[in-house]
Amino acid sequence: RGKPPARGERLAGCLAAMAALCVEELLARAEQREAEPHRSVAVQKELELEFDLGNLLALDRNPPRAAGAQRESRLRSLARDNTQLLVAQLWGLPAGRAEGATGPLVAQLPEPFYRLPREKPLPRPRPPTRWEQFARLKGIRRRKRTSLVWDEAAKQWRRRWGYARAGGDPARDWLIEVPAGADPNEDQFAKRLRDKREKVARNEFNRLRNIARGALPGRGLHPTGHQSRAELGRATQVARVSTASLGRFQPRLPKEPAAPPPRGGKKRRFEPLLGDLAAERSRQLELLRGLGSKKPPLDLTRAVNKQLREEDAQAAKGKGKKRGQRGKRGRQRPGGGKGKKGGARRQQQRPAGRKRS
Amino acid sequence: MRPLTEEETRALFEKLAKYIGENIQLLVDRPDGSYCFRLHKDRVYYVSERILKVATSIPGDKLVALGTCFGKFTKTQKFRLHVTALDYLAPYAKGFGVAAKSTQDCRKVDPMAIVVFHQADVGEYVRHEETLT
Repeated sequence: RGKPPARGERLAGCLAAMAALCVEELLARAEQREAEPHRSVAVQKELELEFDLGNLLALDRNPPRAAGAQRESRLRSLARDNTQLLVAQLWGLPAGRAEGATGPLVAQLPEPFYRLPREKPLPRPRPPTRWEQFARLKGIRRRKRTSLVWDEAAKQWRRRWGYARAGGDPARDWLIEVPAGADPNEDQFAKRLRDKREKVARNEFNRLRNIARGALPGRGLHPTGHQSRAELGRATQVARVSTASLGRFQPRLPKEPAAPPPRGGKKRRFEPLLGDLAAERSRQLELLRGLGSKKPPLDLTRAVNKQLREEDAQAAKGKGKKRGQRGKRGRQRPGGGKGKKGGARRQQQRPAGRKRS
Repeated sequence: MRPLTEEETRALFEKLAKYIGENIQLLVDRPDGSYCFRLHKDRVYYVSERILKVATSIPGDKLVALGTCFGKFTKTQKFRLHVTALDYLAPYAKGFGVAAKSTQDCRKVDPMAIVVFHQADVGEYVRHEETLT
């Protein structure tokens, strides 16, 4: 009869009409919204603001007219206006895309005009090392060293130190001439070894001495024997935090005090001093009403404990009966009663809200 | 300086209730001004809101007292009422004293037993003016 196609067509036609209507509606609404006056972006000011965009700072030298009853709303509108001006300035800066062409738009701030003061005091200059003192005294200046040295024996340019270094060939030690004024019976090889060891030891000693004088980085953290309690505390703290987990799973030493509570949480909290006085008053009146009622308030802890005690007594009674029937006949077990009481006493300290497994 | 905690407030009110009974709410909620209790160095002060706001600008270790001292909390957190609270408690004072024995015991007790502690007997000072030194 042609109904289905007609209906299908009509349905499609209907849907199309509805879609068109919806789109038209949306467009009309958008136009309306554009036309109606939004909060204007323009701000009127007597004196122009001064901007330090490097610090995201806007200085308003206009005298504020924020007094009287509408102070809050006036201050708020003042803040909004100044923020609007600052943001308008930021939009005027040269901008670019952060990561590639699709990254966020980023403005390039100029150099800050105002220098902010230091947070912490200047670090103390470190004392010079023994060599630095000596060099300063003698006027010795540092000369840049070459990485390759001419080795006469090998007739080659060899590296200064390391593998196959100049003068490090093991074969050259097969002979040591006894120097002119030396004892002929002295072992020159042993002497050379000994001298080398002494040099190394002296170098190490000087290095440690420099560390002790605080001339190297990490001063204050190495044990000197003359450290104050505060310095030692700081050193322990640094040591604790110098792990891969930044000290999160470090166990405490036997007598070390427990970790201080995380910052921001006071150990004991009190109500604010000048808090809501009306709320405080109402709380106190509630308390008074509770005190004056002369009815014993429901102590939740005691009620729960009492209930638990009764339950345990029931359970113990049941168990005791079973034991008596199964075990030796006729033996009066005092353990039943004792168990009951002991169990109750043991459990009395539980606070309210304990989950019964 | 800080407001009292729940337990401290309860201890304070329980003590005051012994002297002025239910009239504590007249101290807490006054028609002629906003007054509150504040704790400073274990002493409880009854202070008006205006004075309290001014007192916040004084450093804690330099502040000696503020408002009226009602009493102090001892080291074991018991509240001890001071005589400086008298001016505020006097208008609302309850009767004579505290019963030493329960009602039933009062009937069975011998004639010389103590039945009432006259804690709030204000008239004693007037009656025995000559004998009291």
